[in-house]
Amino acid sequence: MMRARALGHLLAIALLVGAVVTTAAAQEEAPTPPAQHWSFDGPFGSLDLAAAQRGFQVYSEICSVCHSLQYLHYRDLTGIGLTEDQIKAIAAAITVPQGVDDQGNPKEGPATPADQFKSPYPNEQAARAAHNGALPPDLSLIVNAREGHADYVYAVLTGFADPPPGMQMQEGMNYNKYFPGHQIAMPPPLHDSQVTYADGTPATVEQMAHDVVTFLDWAANPEMVERKQIGWRWVLFFLIMAGLTYAVKRKVWADVH
Amino acid sequence: MAGLNKSEFSNPLINWIDTRLPIFTMMQKEYGVFPTPKNFNYFWNFGALAMVTLLVMIATGIFLAMNYQPNSELAFGSVQHIMRDVNYGWLLRYIHQNGASMFFIVTYVHIFRGMYYGSYKSPRELLWMIGVVILLLMMATAFMGYVLPWGQMSYWGATVITNLFSAFPIVGKPIVTFLWGGFSVDNPTLNRFFSLHYLLPFVLIGVVFLHVAALHVVGSNNPLGIDVKSPQDTVPFHPYYTVKDSVGLCVFFLVWAVLVFFAPNFLGDANNFIPANPLQTPADIVPEWYFLPYYAILRSVPNKLLGVCMMFGSILILFVLPWLDTSRVRSARFRPIYRQIIWVWVLAVIVLGVCGAHKPEGIWVVLARVGTLYYYLHFLVILPILGKLERPLPLPESISRPVISGGGPMPSGATAKPMEKA
Repeated sequence: MMRARALGHLLAIALLVGAVVTTAAAQEEAPTPPAQHWSFDGPFGSLDLAAAQRGFQVYSEICSVCHSLQYLHYRDLTGIGLTEDQIKAIAAAITVPQGVDDQGNPKEGPATPADQFKSPYPNEQAARAAHNGALPPDLSLIVNAREGHADYVYAVLTGFADPPPGMQMQEGMNYNKYFPGHQIAMPPPLHDSQVTYADGTPATVEQMAHDVVTFLDWAANPEMVERKQIGWRWVLFFLIMAGLTYAVKRKVWADVH
Repeated sequence: MAGLNKSEFSNPLINWIDTRLPIFTMMQKEYGVFPTPKNFNYFWNFGALAMVTLLVMIATGIFLAMNYQPNSELAFGSVQHIMRDVNYGWLLRYIHQNGASMFFIVTYVHIFRGMYYGSYKSPRELLWMIGVVILLLMMATAFMGYVLPWGQMSYWGATVITNLFSAFPIVGKPIVTFLWGGFSVDNPTLNRFFSLHYLLPFVLIGVVFLHVAALHVVGSNNPLGIDVKSPQDTVPFHPYYTVKDSVGLCVFFLVWAVLVFFAPNFLGDANNFIPANPLQTPADIVPEWYFLPYYAILRSVPNKLLGVCMMFGSILILFVLPWLDTSRVRSARFRPIYRQIIWVWVLAVIVLGVCGAHKPEGIWVVLARVGTLYYYLHFLVILPILGKLERPLPLPESISRPVISGGGPMPSGATAKPMEKA
């Protein structure tokens, strides 16, 4: 009894400390990105394939001009519901280096599904040179690599605005409500109707941002759907096993005490 | 022929082996009929849970090592290769990554159980001290494991922690250079950390064996903290505790599975998804949650050398805990003041943990200093004095005869029954 109460006290204090910490953290730096609704949220969350495919279109037509996706291979696109033929066609349209020929000269040729996503720049120096010294980060893990995750990436994509009066912007920088320090080298990347969706979805900035973040969350966590499916099986298994084992334990211990 | 073991196993093959190498007799003695106090609560699950976690970590780690590249150019990418291309590589890695957290959770509970029920007191001092060695080895292993993915937090965590040794005069700098294998954290550092991260778990197995061997000499403590007086106080380990440990194990695996499948990166740091970059320091370098209290102690002291000493001291002090606690009563159940004060110590550790997660500014510095002070006060002042001043409650006569209100004798049949079964 006493122990339970002591534990209760402890929990109350811990919660209190936690609450103070969270509010203190929230007041620092950039505002917390507003929570969006994502198809992959929660333990039952899955992947909205249509959104992920639209997001792939946004990545290919807009983001890929500057941002690499180096940990992905074209074959991985089966994960957003593309067929092998579609993937072959996508890869074939891209020219990649293919080793050397008999004379030792570098060769190029159409990519295959087994190839890595082609990066827009051959190396970091080239990328920086093209961007006034700033390096467009690789997007393979961007959703995992930022506090706030999908909500944050969405907030940055939609958070461009005019700087508040009196704010001194550095040369070539853009104001963003959610980027730490509010000065981001990337100009607003998305504009209404910039892409034409095959399924007729109106390509607003919000829609495109939502779609591309869905795609990037998949890119960072391609195992997510399978992981949650297997997860429920394991959880159920251990729940049943715990119940059965507890019943056996009761039986074994019945005449001790 | 003098050395042959008289095996009691009827299976001819087992009998043949057991006659020549009595491992079956040993297992039967140590895990089969081993007399164990019959009054364990579920806190006594955690040693077995830690043991199982160690085995799972080794099993998953071996398969991860088959696909990992301990090279500073390739390490980050090879982890992504494991996550994306290796069959169920993501499962192995998430089990291993969250397994580190689960290992520390169960170990910390296990240590707390020892402190609450006085399991470190005579004759179990050496058993306890071997346990502290296990904790230190675990911490070294976990620290080096965290460096392997070669993300930003891996790199900068390694830089900060190895740099601590530079605080020691004269030998400090050479030690750091030796740890690094160069003049900064780089490829040689990653190579040796990988090698040691693979080695230490097997050293752990050896030390855990000693821990268990010592336990089987002195016997288990129990929630009442009194010695076993007669066979009636005990039950054979199997099936009573094999089944009770199994219940805990299922619940433990359940929690672990929830982490692995539904929140695999909940305890991680977003920065570690960025490849290590020696030219860019993250805004805030934070260790994994299980190191936060020590990190807070380190940063609460303005002098670097003293801070380092107090941080290491916070664990080393556990070695002498059996002699700092002057009370001869083991279980907190019979120590009315200790059973309150131990929770204040737990609170101090939690506060330290929260402080460790924040930049050492303003209120966090004050809280960390109060926490550090209390942490040491508990061991160095409160425990030695409390043992002399506190009036313990009357101890029960034996495990099978706890002091019930009135204290009248129990019907004789009630206590004799389990023995008949055993």
